[in-house]
Amino acid sequence: MSRRRDSMRQLLTLAALSGVAAAAWAAGADLGQAEKQATNWTAITMFAVFVVGTLFITKWAAAKTKSAADFYTAGGGITGFQNGLAIAGDYMSAASFLGISAAVMVGGFDGLIYSIGFLVGWPVVTFLLAERLRNLGKFTFADVAAFRFDQTPVRVFAASGTLVVVAFYLIAQMVGAGQLIKLLFGLEYWIAVVIVGALMMVYVLFGGMTATTWVQIIKACLLLAGATFMAFMVLLHFGFSTEAMFAKAVDVKTGIATAAGKPAAEAAAQGFSIMGPGGFIKDPVSAISFGMALMFGTAGLPHILMRFFTVPNAKEARKSVLWATTWIGYFYILTFIIGFGAITFVLTNPQFLDAKGGLLGGGNMAAIHLANAVGGNVFLGFISAVAFATILAVVAGLTLSGASAVSHDLYATVFKKGNADSAAELKVSRLTTVALGIVAVVLGIVFEKQNIAFMVSLAFAIAASANFPVLLMSVLWKDCTTRGAVIGGFLGLASSVILTIVSPSVWEATLGNPKGSALFPYASPALFSMTIGFVGIWLFSVLDRSPRARQDRAGFLNQQVRSETGIGASGASGH
Amino acid sequence: MDTDLTTRIANDPRYQQLKASRSTFGWWLTLAMLVVYYGFILLVAFDKPFLATRLGQGVTTIGMPVGLAVIVFTIVITGIYVRRANREFDALSEQIVKEALK
Repeated sequence: MSRRRDSMRQLLTLAALSGVAAAAWAAGADLGQAEKQATNWTAITMFAVFVVGTLFITKWAAAKTKSAADFYTAGGGITGFQNGLAIAGDYMSAASFLGISAAVMVGGFDGLIYSIGFLVGWPVVTFLLAERLRNLGKFTFADVAAFRFDQTPVRVFAASGTLVVVAFYLIAQMVGAGQLIKLLFGLEYWIAVVIVGALMMVYVLFGGMTATTWVQIIKACLLLAGATFMAFMVLLHFGFSTEAMFAKAVDVKTGIATAAGKPAAEAAAQGFSIMGPGGFIKDPVSAISFGMALMFGTAGLPHILMRFFTVPNAKEARKSVLWATTWIGYFYILTFIIGFGAITFVLTNPQFLDAKGGLLGGGNMAAIHLANAVGGNVFLGFISAVAFATILAVVAGLTLSGASAVSHDLYATVFKKGNADSAAELKVSRLTTVALGIVAVVLGIVFEKQNIAFMVSLAFAIAASANFPVLLMSVLWKDCTTRGAVIGGFLGLASSVILTIVSPSVWEATLGNPKGSALFPYASPALFSMTIGFVGIWLFSVLDRSPRARQDRAGFLNQQVRSETGIGASGASGH
Repeated sequence: MDTDLTTRIANDPRYQQLKASRSTFGWWLTLAMLVVYYGFILLVAFDKPFLATRLGQGVTTIGMPVGLAVIVFTIVITGIYVRRANREFDALSEQIVKEALK
C-alpha cells in the first residue's frame, strides 16, 4: 500500500514537473541517487555544436538589442509562428519529454492523463487572455494587471508573484539540470550547474529576448524532430499498427509480472492494466484541484505571459497560441508512442537494465535508452544534447522574466515613478540578470540533495492562485479595485504557499513529519487557494468605497476599449 | 488615449456588437473546454472500468481514442476561435478604429 502511495506520489511529481518546467525534471530524490554515467563524448560534441551555434545567434541578437523594449520583448518583432514555437519550447521541457515518456512506460494510459492536463490550459489562455494581454501590456504582465489601478501596490504584488514563481522554478531547473547532466554526460554536478548558469547569463545579458527566443525556437525544432524520428521508428517496427504496438506492450508487461512470480490470471490483468486508468487518480478532490493548478497555472506563469508581448499585435498573439497548442498536442502524442516503444524496446533489452530489472540511470531514462535502441549511439548523443539545450533555454526565459519584474515593475515604475530612461532600466535588468544567475547557481548547489518536486508544484499553484485571478479580474471585471486586487492577490499567494507546505508531499515527504500528520490532505491546493484568491478580490473590491476605487472603476471603460480594439496599444518598435 | 475617443468608440454600436459577440463566444468555448476536460477527469476518477473496456478483439481500449480525442479537441477548439477572430473580429475592430480616428 505504501509502495503504491509512493508510486502515486512519484507520478504526481512527474506530472507537476513535466509542465512548463523544464525543471525539476523528476523527483530530485530519485535522481540524487543515480550514479554518474560514463562520459559520453558524442553527446558532449553535439552539445558543443549547439552551444557554439546559439552563441553566434546571441552575437547577432546583441547587435539588435539596444533599448529596454529590445531586451524584454525582442522589440515586438517576433511573428506568431515563431512565438508559437518558442512557447511550445517553454512547455516541451526535458521534464515533459523524459518524465511523460517514462510515466507512459510505467503506467501506460496514466501518462496520457498528465499530458492532457498540461494541454487544456492553452485554449483558455487563447479565449480569455492572449489578445487582451497584447493590447494592454508592454513588457510584463504587471503592465496589464496594473493598467487602471494605483501603480505602486499592484506592481509590488505582481513583482512578488513573479519573483516567487520564478525563484522556485529556477531552483528546480538548476537542480534538475545538474542531475540530468550528471546522468547524460558524466560531468560533476556542480560543474553542470555552473555551465548552465554561465551560458544562460550570456544569452540573456547580451542577447536579451531575441536570443532567448531563438535559442528556444531552435531547441523546439530539434526536440520535435528527434521525438518524431523516435515515434516513427517505433511505429515502423509495428507496421504502423497501434494495436500491434499495444498488444506487444501488454505482452511484455504480462511477462514481467509472470517473471515476478504472479499467477497467470493476475499477471495478465497486470499486463492489461496499462491500457486503462490506474492508480493516478484516487480521490476526485485531488484530481480536480490538480487539474485546476495545471490548467490555470499556465495562464499565470510570468515567463509564458511575457511571450505575448514579443509579437507585433493581437492577431499574432492569437496565432502564436494556436501554433503552440498544435505543437504541444503533437508532442504529447509522440511521447505517448515513445513510452509504449520503450516498453517493447527498452524493458526487454538486458543492455538497458540493471540486476534488479530497473532501468540503468533511473526510471526517467526511458526515452534516452529508446533513442539508443532505435538510433544507435549518435542519435543517443543527439537526444542527450537536446535535453540539455532544453533546460538552458527555459532557464534563460525564466531569468529574463524575473529580471524584467525587478527592472521594469520595481525600479522603473515603483522606484522611479515611471521616469527612468531606457538605458538606466536596461542596466538594472542586466544587473538583475547577473544577480539571479548567481543566486540560481548557488541555490542549485545548496539544494542538490533536496526533493525539488514541491517547488514546481508550488510555482504552479501560486501562478494559478495569485497571478491568474488578479490578471483575469482586472481585465474583465469592471468593479475590481486596487485594494481588491492587491489583498485578494496576496491572499491567493499566501494560501497557496501555506497549503502546499502543510500538504503530504511537503509536510511528510520533505520535512519528515510522520505519515498522516499533514493538515491538508490533497495533492494540490489550487481548488482552495484559487477560490480564496477570487473571493478575496471580489469581496475587497465590493467593500472598497475609497476615492481611489471610484477612479479604478471609472478607468475600466478606457481599458476595455483598448483591450478590445487594440487602439493605443504599444506596437512593434520600428527598426 | 483621450476620453473623447474612448466615448466615441464605446458608443459605436459595432463596438458593442464586437465586445458582446467575442466575449460570449470566448466564454462558451471556455465552458466547452472545461466540460470536456473535467468530464474526462471525472470519468477517470469514477468509472475506470469503462475506459478500460476493450474495443473489439484486440487490446485497444475505449480510453485510447477518448484520450486522443481530448487532445485533438483542444487543438481544434483553439483553431475554431482563431479562425472566427481572424475573419470576423479583426475586420470589425479595424472598421471601428478607422472610423473613430477619422
